[in-house]
Amino acid sequence: MALDSMREICEKAEQGQKPFWRVVLETDIEEREVTEEASMEKMRFTWKAMLESVENYREDRRSVSGLVGGDGQKMRDYAKNGTPLCGEYLREVIATALCVGESNACMCKIVAAPTAGACGVIPAVLVPLYKSGNAGEEEILQALYAASGIGAVIAYRACIAGAAGGCQAEIGAASAMAAGALTALHGGTPEQISHAVAMALKNLMGLVCDPIAGLVEVPCVKRNVIGAVNAVSCADMALAGITSRVPVDQVIDCMGEVGRRMPVEFRETALGGLATTPFGKSVKEQLESKNG
Amino acid sequence: MLDIFDILGPVMVGPSSSHTAGAVRIGSMARTLLGSTPVEADIGLHGSFAETGQGHGTDRALVAGLLGMRPDDMHIPRSFEIAEERGLRFSFRKLQLRDAHPNTAVLTVKDAEGKELVVQAASLGGGRIRVDKINGVDVNFTGAYNTLIVRHKDVAGELSRITNELAVGGVNIANMSVFRDRRGGDVLTVIETDQKLKPDVRERIRIIYAVNDVTYYEKEDA
Ligand code: SF4
Repeated sequence: MALDSMREICEKAEQGQKPFWRVVLETDIEEREVTEEASMEKMRFTWKAMLESVENYREDRRSVSGLVGGDGQKMRDYAKNGTPLCGEYLREVIATALCVGESNACMCKIVAAPTAGACGVIPAVLVPLYKSGNAGEEEILQALYAASGIGAVIAYRACIAGAAGGCQAEIGAASAMAAGALTALHGGTPEQISHAVAMALKNLMGLVCDPIAGLVEVPCVKRNVIGAVNAVSCADMALAGITSRVPVDQVIDCMGEVGRRMPVEFRETALGGLATTPFGKSVKEQLESKNG
Repeated sequence: MLDIFDILGPVMVGPSSSHTAGAVRIGSMARTLLGSTPVEADIGLHGSFAETGQGHGTDRALVAGLLGMRPDDMHIPRSFEIAEERGLRFSFRKLQLRDAHPNTAVLTVKDAEGKELVVQAASLGGGRIRVDKINGVDVNFTGAYNTLIVRHKDVAGELSRITNELAVGGVNIANMSVFRDRRGGDVLTVIETDQKLKPDVRERIRIIYAVNDVTYYEKEDA
């Protein structure tokens, strides 16, 4: 049976005395009628593709409009040689989110998580931990199960597409998935995972989808950064014992409701927000004259 | 219904799951339904596909699909050049359809023997697609299952002969729908199955008396 609430996952975890991620894994085994090994193998394939999406980054690539490219490398250089305000992990998180977001805009291979526009958020928080040796492959796969279970609940109760619910449904959902994954990875209880998810989603509630010229470039790439950084802070808050006052499933329902009531101009139509600033309009006009 | 690998996935070439990954799938669906290698394609773009398609590589993605590529193929950005090498001629135009999903494409494809097929399909988001029309007949399937499309005459007992062959072949039916072509008196039966269909099962269905032709789309694995 499908995953339709965070409470249900938490209850199953408690009743079966098993971790959050295992409930998600078992649901996948049941739903797709596959073995545990087959499910794990597919998750490993997905993880490898995420890793590659980070490793294959090239700073000289530019997107269709020319607006996107090179920022990931700038952040990497600054992280290494500059004096960043952020600590070692967080600077890597920022750089990774930019790299993957840019790669997507430049037609490179990525993993939609949950969408292509938000593909940088989850790798941004996980890949630096893996590369620095602070998380092994098994733990990462478990964290990805946690993330996908959270995403499945959000997709079921609300939505995960900018066209349906604005950017809160894309970057917001990715951020919530990443927050839950990090909390799981650091040994958080199902309860703490739920609080991390709730907080992450609340913090990005109402965010509109307003891509310039309708392209997944501006503001999308940098929104991956806020999604990732928000996830880290919410995971740390949850692990510190801070709770969301509003229960997680109610937060998810509320995000869906806000999305449904969001004017169509703010749902991927490029008819509002940053897309209709004078700068946004001029980019669109330039592209149109270029394409005839 | 979404499974967790619809949430974490697909692995795809960017930038947009609906405008790029979904477009590749629409192209490859048209190729499969044609049942042979297309040498000519007229591609109509409707709604958001027409408006922002170029920036998202929708055009290159559709051609990539027609060439048999999958959404994670690194050659998608070079599909126009590859089409030229392999002798696939293609052209694009804008369409305005009534009551169509905003991300819709209508592909008219032809193979070397002159066999022609018109497919209308929509990209629903997250890389998922839906076929809405085949040669003007309204249909409705997504490629999320293994899909068998049987065109046959509208005669009594035909369906049970087809489903019987599936049962004998050990294939479980997930969904089945019947679509009537008002013009020719033919019927398109679309059967979505849990298991893959072996070639011999397809062949036994193909030789059933009133069956005109059989097309099969096998679900993507990864
Ligand atoms: S602004 Fe829209 S297209 Fe860009 S990441 Fe957000 S939801 Fe996706």
